[in-house]
Amino acid sequence: MSPVSIIARLTFREAIRRRIMLAGLVLGVAFVIIYSIGIHFIFTQIAVDTAANMPSQAAANIMNAESTNAFLMMGLYAATFLSVAMAALLGADTLAGEINSGTIQTIATKPIRRADVVLGKWLGFAELLGLYVLLLAGGIVLSVFIQTGYVPDNLFIGLGLIYMESILIMTITLMFSAAFPALATGGIVFGLYGLAFIGGWIEESGAILQNDTAIKVGIITSLLNPSESLWKRAAFEMQTPLMGSFFGSPFASKSVPSLLMLGYAFLYLIVVLFIAVRIFQSRDL
Amino acid sequence: MTNAIETHLLRKVFGDYAAVKGLTLQVQQGEVFGFLGPNGAGKTTSMKMLLGLIAPTSGEASLLGKPIGNREAMRRVGFLPEHFRFQEWLSADEFLLLHGQLLGMKKDDLQQRRDELLERVGLTPFRNKHLRTFSKGMLQRVGLAQALLNRPALVFLDEPTSGLDPVGRRLVRDVIREVRAQGTSVFLNSHLLSEIEVTCDRVAFIQHGEVVRVLDLASLSSDQTSVTIRVSNLGAESLNGLSQWGREVQLDGEFVHMIIASDTVLPDLTRYLVSQDAEVYSITPNRMSLEDIFIETVGKDGGL
Repeated sequence: MSPVSIIARLTFREAIRRRIMLAGLVLGVAFVIIYSIGIHFIFTQIAVDTAANMPSQAAANIMNAESTNAFLMMGLYAATFLSVAMAALLGADTLAGEINSGTIQTIATKPIRRADVVLGKWLGFAELLGLYVLLLAGGIVLSVFIQTGYVPDNLFIGLGLIYMESILIMTITLMFSAAFPALATGGIVFGLYGLAFIGGWIEESGAILQNDTAIKVGIITSLLNPSESLWKRAAFEMQTPLMGSFFGSPFASKSVPSLLMLGYAFLYLIVVLFIAVRIFQSRDL
Repeated sequence: MTNAIETHLLRKVFGDYAAVKGLTLQVQQGEVFGFLGPNGAGKTTSMKMLLGLIAPTSGEASLLGKPIGNREAMRRVGFLPEHFRFQEWLSADEFLLLHGQLLGMKKDDLQQRRDELLERVGLTPFRNKHLRTFSKGMLQRVGLAQALLNRPALVFLDEPTSGLDPVGRRLVRDVIREVRAQGTSVFLNSHLLSEIEVTCDRVAFIQHGEVVRVLDLASLSSDQTSVTIRVSNLGAESLNGLSQWGREVQLDGEFVHMIIASDTVLPDLTRYLVSQDAEVYSITPNRMSLEDIFIETVGKDGGL
């Protein structure tokens, strides 16, 4: 077994043993159940209302599909937020905590590279987040499908982008964790996420109001932290054209991040991971 | 034969504070080398530099003939850190397997070695218990087992007996003797002088990040012996005559203290006293303790 996979397995096992994943899973399952119960009653009511108010069956079908998509996106937005929080929680204490406690000393003095430690942890967390995103976002999509038979467009692209957002946040967290204590890392990462979030809103408002300066502010924050643009692209991929054309909310995208921005986000992720390795390689343990 | 450890003017500066000023020493293969010094003398920093955990500001060092940080060398090195904090959510079994895997050990060899070492440190009954339930002494034992998994050519032990009861301390001492007999070099960082005294071949005294003295403990016992003689009816002239066998002869009531070159002079010295009609009640050779030498070397203020 390669050192990277040994560390990845250790990381995975640590999250399971220390019950971080258990807490995440229990809350995740609760999240999906509550969501499912909620949309059950909402969809039933909407079906009754549209049948009564819409001029034709065709119009009622369109209205049902649009509202189903809207509630699906709302659920996915919440799932994305929870995945991002999980990504930050997993990563914040990992290198910082082990350097602080000295646990890292017996690991780093083994015949392995320091890069193996960082990459192994990254891989372990990526696996965990994959399961978590699958549970939350997948659970929501499945719940909507079972109740209405609705499957959004570009489902796998959308879920992939949501997964990538959580990976991006986890990688940023890992980088700061290589340099700073756990609490500082958590603070910085949530700050960056908040920045991207508010930047996304400014850009969205700018798109609705057709204000170029607001759009530029949004793009600059996306360059600082492209995580939110991944969600916006995911929303764009999965939403109905009608939703995108007249909704301006975090659950839908009017200002759509370009493929160039997605490429930038990918490059950003690679560079951050590289910097994380370099920081960890050069620091005293 | 290459030295197990060789350093030349190894230096580490944190900000404007030089934790290690210029460490130069050689540890031979197969010897137990004690690293002694007052708190804050730079012992742990020095050890961490040798292990590649801390990058030296300047200077050179090699382990087993390879530059520090070399992975080929680290495959043959073991390390027990001072403030042993391990993955406490692993069982002792899993913990040793993890570290063996990181050492690149083959599965069969690792399992056999793990069983052997668990037995040796007396943890076989607790092998499936999580480390978080372990006492400080048990953690120290499992940490020691971890340091020896790969049958290291060189093992670093940072304060290995801290937190151990007398039984545990004896165990560590015995294990050090065993691995030495198998040809392993041991680099022992300790402030417990009595431990160093009974286990080490040589010691280096370190102060302000520099080696101030290297001492061969084997020569210590015969070279530097003081003797206390309880005697009465000893004339002034006879007392002076004692200086032919040693120096610093002092009379203190019915006790005579003196330093002799070697304990081989004691029979002659005894015959002399008897021939002078002195009444001899006892002759007690006192080996000059490492503690005496330590204080003599670093000063009473501990080098502060």
